[in-house]
This record gives sequence, structure tokens and C-alpha cells, in this order.
Amino acid sequence: MTPYIVLSAILFAIGATTVLVRRNSIVVFMGIELMLNAANLSFVAFAKLNAAIEGQLAAFFVMVVAAAEVVVGLAIIVSVFRSRRSVSVDDENLMRH
Amino acid sequence: MTQTASALAAAQVATTATGATNLLWLTILIPLVSAGLLLILGRCADKWGHALGVLAPLASCVIGLAALFQVLGQPQGQRTYDLKLFGWITGSDFALNAGLRVDQLSLTFVALVTFVGTLIHIYSVGYMKHDPDRRRFFAYLNLFVAAMLLLVLADSYLLMFVGWEGVGLASYLLIGFWNDKTPNAVAAKKAFISNRIGDVGMLVALMLMFWGFGTVSFSGVFKAAGTASTGLLTGIGIMLLLAACGKSAQFPLQSWLGDAMAGPTPVSALIHAATMVTAGVYLVVRSGPIYSGAPNARLIVVIVGAITLLYGAIVGSAKDDMKKALAASTMSQIGYMMLAAGLGTVGAAFAIMHLVTHGFFKAGLFLGAGSVMHQMKEQTDMRRFGALWKVMAITWVTMGMGWLAIMGIPPFSGFWSKDKIIDAAFIVQDGQTWRAWLFGLVALIGAGITAFYMSRLFFMMFHGSNRWDDDMDPHESSPWMTFPMIVLALGSVALGWVLSWTHFPEWLAPVTGSVSDHEPVMPSWAITVLTLVVVLIGIAIAALKYLKQKVPRLAPPGNWLTRAARQDLYQDSFNDTVLVRPGQALVTATRVVDTDVVDGAVRGVAWLSVGAGRALRLLQNGFVRSYAALMAAGVIILLAIVLATRV
Repeated sequence: MTPYIVLSAILFAIGATTVLVRRNSIVVFMGIELMLNAANLSFVAFAKLNAAIEGQLAAFFVMVVAAAEVVVGLAIIVSVFRSRRSVSVDDENLMRH
Repeated sequence: MTQTASALAAAQVATTATGATNLLWLTILIPLVSAGLLLILGRCADKWGHALGVLAPLASCVIGLAALFQVLGQPQGQRTYDLKLFGWITGSDFALNAGLRVDQLSLTFVALVTFVGTLIHIYSVGYMKHDPDRRRFFAYLNLFVAAMLLLVLADSYLLMFVGWEGVGLASYLLIGFWNDKTPNAVAAKKAFISNRIGDVGMLVALMLMFWGFGTVSFSGVFKAAGTASTGLLTGIGIMLLLAACGKSAQFPLQSWLGDAMAGPTPVSALIHAATMVTAGVYLVVRSGPIYSGAPNARLIVVIVGAITLLYGAIVGSAKDDMKKALAASTMSQIGYMMLAAGLGTVGAAFAIMHLVTHGFFKAGLFLGAGSVMHQMKEQTDMRRFGALWKVMAITWVTMGMGWLAIMGIPPFSGFWSKDKIIDAAFIVQDGQTWRAWLFGLVALIGAGITAFYMSRLFFMMFHGSNRWDDDMDPHESSPWMTFPMIVLALGSVALGWVLSWTHFPEWLAPVTGSVSDHEPVMPSWAITVLTLVVVLIGIAIAALKYLKQKVPRLAPPGNWLTRAARQDLYQDSFNDTVLVRPGQALVTATRVVDTDVVDGAVRGVAWLSVGAGRALRLLQNGFVRSYAALMAAGVIILLAIVLATRV
């Protein structure tokens, strides 16, 4: 059981670090996907452990949400790139103080 | 004493008003409507405003006199009427009707106020002829007449208080009539504030009545006063006296009256000599049933009257300003009335009689002073007058009548009333012989000083050498002004005798209590002779100093008493030090507390929020990654807390 949880934690850490340190919004996006899938892995693992169906169900929901999110997120990134010629998250600071 | 009170209450069983007495409410309404019209119509009414202003009190006078004669035709015992106007306050436990109490006392005042008032309105037509604001002046005068009539006709203390405040307002507006000059506005404010102090007494008295008797109507209060405790009656009596002191310029609230002379002279004559300032005497006499149950309160009234009558006489002897000398004299004469009113049944009727005669001769004196002022370019310094008798014969004669009347020379009107008051002061009450001697001698000496200062005024104004400023050309005033002066002079000559002859004090007896036969400590004829001797001495001293000797145009430095009297015996300095400055300090302190503590707290909260916002704003740096880091940190902290608490 432990290897699944450890793998899930490692994946989540990699995803979170990616989000925090990378400037390219597409890479940041990938980091987010990685964290979502790390969570999925945990869900499935615990579902198996407890012989319960709810964890697997949650994993499917996460996948659906992730798919929808990819569509919206990529559209935003493309749109931002069109107007600003940049995909760096540091340049998207219209709302700063 | 309680027997007298219940006897009084029993005598005042009232019948419903009929005939002219039923119309008395019109005497209040007509001047009130006229005042309203004159104020609302504004400049449109400038041309004819004074005519309406004169007709309104004239109409009141006609109704008032008709009512007086109707009541005179009734048999004794049926001369009290109740005129119900409307239900004023209705509650489950407390109900009060607004109504008029028509009896001997209120009718006396109605007659005095409307008659003298009408004369002074007529005089004002001439006096204010060249004033662009004459219409506004008449509006205020009419307002005063309405309020004064409401004061004397009201059938409850609360309704009387409405009139009480109304005359205070009119007095304030008229003292400050020429309020473009700062001293006038200050004088108006001073009068207003002094009156407010008295009003506190009135309010406390009202509350005490409501608390003790559950009613504030005259009939209810007087009925309850027969059985009330002495302590409560004393409290009410002292509070009513405070109110009377404020309104009637009695010690220690007298300092406003001298400054009130800043108003136009007809105002000084009507409001600050003949009528409004006597409202305090009316209050004390009207509240007779309360005072008869409270000997200590009565004693305080007598003491206040005695102090004021000497105080006013001393101040009047030193003033070179003609109007201020007359104002001090008014104070002193009202002191006599207060003293008599405080003596109870032996003096109250004479207080009212002196009030009526004083209303005539003092108004006449003031109108004469106004006539002189008019011709001397508003100059009031008597040291710049002299020898006016040749050029202003009518003013000279009419003021001369007033002069003889106020000194109490027989058979002029002041003799009949003042002599009785001095007589009453010598009567032993409550077995205290020394009090009779003390108050009697004070009244006697006051009469001497009165003779001195009035003769001084008269000689300095009309006799001696000509001390006018260079550009003066005085001559007699217009008939508008001389006619009222002549009528008032006739009153000064004959009214006292007429009132005595018609048994005026006995007529008042149902309200004031009958004048019982008390013997003064000296025989009455001795008192009269003594008074006349003292008066003659006063005149002689004045003649020596101001007729024989030349009067200097500039006031000599004088001795310490003269200097003190010129400063109103330092009353203003005393008030400034003891009341005004601490009051202002208190106001400043509360202002500082308001701006620094109350506002400071509000501003401090605002300042904190602004500062916090300014600091937190820096977090919005626009870097998505920093937001994400903050969120991550938050999640980690939350997780740590959750885990730590679970272990």
C-alpha cells in the first residue's frame, strides 16, 4: 500500500513545485494536471484498500473536471498569448496593486 | 396659614364665561395674527404695517376693558370665570385643558398691558418713523402683547409658561432689534440667558407640582396646596421665586436689565418697565396659596425684594446714562413689589397696586426719556443735557409728573401704593419683630434713595446749565409721541388716588387674600410722615448737588461707592468670574473631549483601517506564483493544525 501513497506524494510535490517555480503558463498547467493525477492515484489506492467504490467514483469526477479545465485553461492561455505575445505568468499582472 | 389657602381656593370657584369675558381669547389672538401677518408679508406691509400694529392692541384693549367693566358689574363672589379653549394634553392619567382664568388679578393685568401697550404702540409710530424696519418692530411688539396676555390669562402653570417663554422671546428680539451693533446683540443674548436660568426654576416647579399634586392647573394646584407638606410647598415656592427673579430682574439675576436698555426706548418702556418685568410679581401673587403654606419661601421672597430694592436704588444713583438709571429704578421698584408680594396677604394687593401705578409712571418716564433722546441725537448721557425744560415743555411736565409719582409725593399715584408697601413692611409677621423693623427700614431708606436718584435724573436732564453738544437743536417731539406721554402723565397724577378711592385692594381680595388689620410696629401716620421726611431729604441732597452746584460734563472719579455703583456693584465682574468663565471653560473642555476623544476614537479606527489596508495591499503583487505559494503555505499550516489536534 505504501508505495502508491509515496508515489502519489512525490507526484504531488513535483506538480506543486512546478506550479510554484516555473514561469511558462503551459508548464504551470502541466504541474496542476500532475497534482490532480496524484490525487487520483491516492483515491484509487484508498478505494482498493477499503474495498469501497466511492474513491474510484471520485477519480472519475476528477478526470472529468480536469478535462473541462484543460479546455478552458488552454483557451485562456491561447487568448492571453494572442493579446500579449507571452505565456509567462509573471507578465499577467494587470490586477496588481 | 393653611386656612387662608383653602379659603382662597374656595373663593375662586369659577363660573363659565359669558359676554365680553367670553371673547377674551381674542385679545391674545388678534395681536398674534397681526404679528404673524406683519412678519409673513414682509416688505409688502411696510407702508401700512404700523397701522395694523397699532390697531391690534387697540382691539385687545377694547375687548379687555369691556370684559373688565362686565366683571365690575357682577356681584362680589361671582367675578371669576373659566374660559375653556381646547383639550391640550390628554392622557390616561393626566389631562390638561388649555383655558383662560378670568378674575380680578388677570383682568387688572389685561387692562394694564393692553392700555399701556396701545399707548406705547402709538408712541412708537412717531419714535420709529425713520427706521426702515418699523414694520418688523411692530410685529415683535404685537407678539409681545399676545404672549404677555397669554401669560396673565392662562389657567394653568404650563400654559402660563408658554406665554412666559413668548415674552422672553419678544424681549430678546426687541433688545437686539438693532442687532447690527454688537453690544445690542450681546445685551439681547445676556437677557435671554439670564431668563433661561430663571426658566429652569419654573420647570423644576412644574415638575414638583406634577410629582406632588399630579396637576399643573391653578385650581388643582391651589386646592392641593391646602393639604400639602410645608417642605414641598417651600421647594415649589423657591423654584417659582427663581423663575420670577430671572424674569423680573431680581437679585441675583438682575444684571441683564441694565444692558437691555440697548433696545429701542418704547421697548424699554413697555417690556422692561411696565409689563414683562413685572411678570415675576404676578407669578408670586398668583401663587399666593402656595406661598401661604411656605413661610420660609415667603421670607426668601421678602429678602430678595429688599436686597434688590436697595441694590437698584444704589446703582441708579450713580448712573449717568439716563436709560440705565431708569432701568436701575425699575429694578428697585420691582424690589418693592416683590417685598410686598412676599409679605403675603398684608402686602400682595399693594404689590399689584404698585405694579399698576408703576406701569403708568415708569412707562411715562421712559417715553419722556425717549422723547429727549430723539431730540438729542440718541445721546443718553445726562451730563450732556440740562436746561431742556425751556425747549421741551410737554416732555418736561409729563416727566415731572412721573418724577413726583415715583417718589411718592402725595397725591401723586406712587404715594398711594408705595406708602402702603412701606406700611406693610413694618407689620410684624410670625412674631418676629426684628424682621418688621429690618424690612420696614430698608423700604424706608429705599424711598429716600429713590427720591435722590430720581431728582438727580430730573434735575440733570431738565434743569441747571445747558451742557449740550455743539450741534444739538432740541425741540418738542411730534404729537404721536406727546399724546401717550400726556395720557400716562395723567395716570401718574390720578391713578393711585382713583385706585384707592375705588377700593382696588379689596377688589383684588378674592385672589390675594383680604388685607387683614395688622398693626405696624409704628403708627401708620408716623410711617407716612417719616417716609415723606426721608423723601424730602433725598430731594434736598439731589438739589444741593445737581441744582446748586454745576454739573461737570465729564463724570468726576467719585468715591468708592459711586465707582462700585457705576459698575453695577461689580455684579457683572462677579458673574464673569464665577459663572461665565467657568462656564466657558466647561464648554471648551467638552469641545476638546468631543474633538479629541470622541472624534479621536472614530478617526483612530479609520486611521488603523487605512494603515492595515496600505500594508496588506503590498501582497497583491500580481505574481500568480506568489499567490499560489501563499495558498500552499496556508494549506500546509491548516494541515499541520488538523494533524496536530488529532494526535
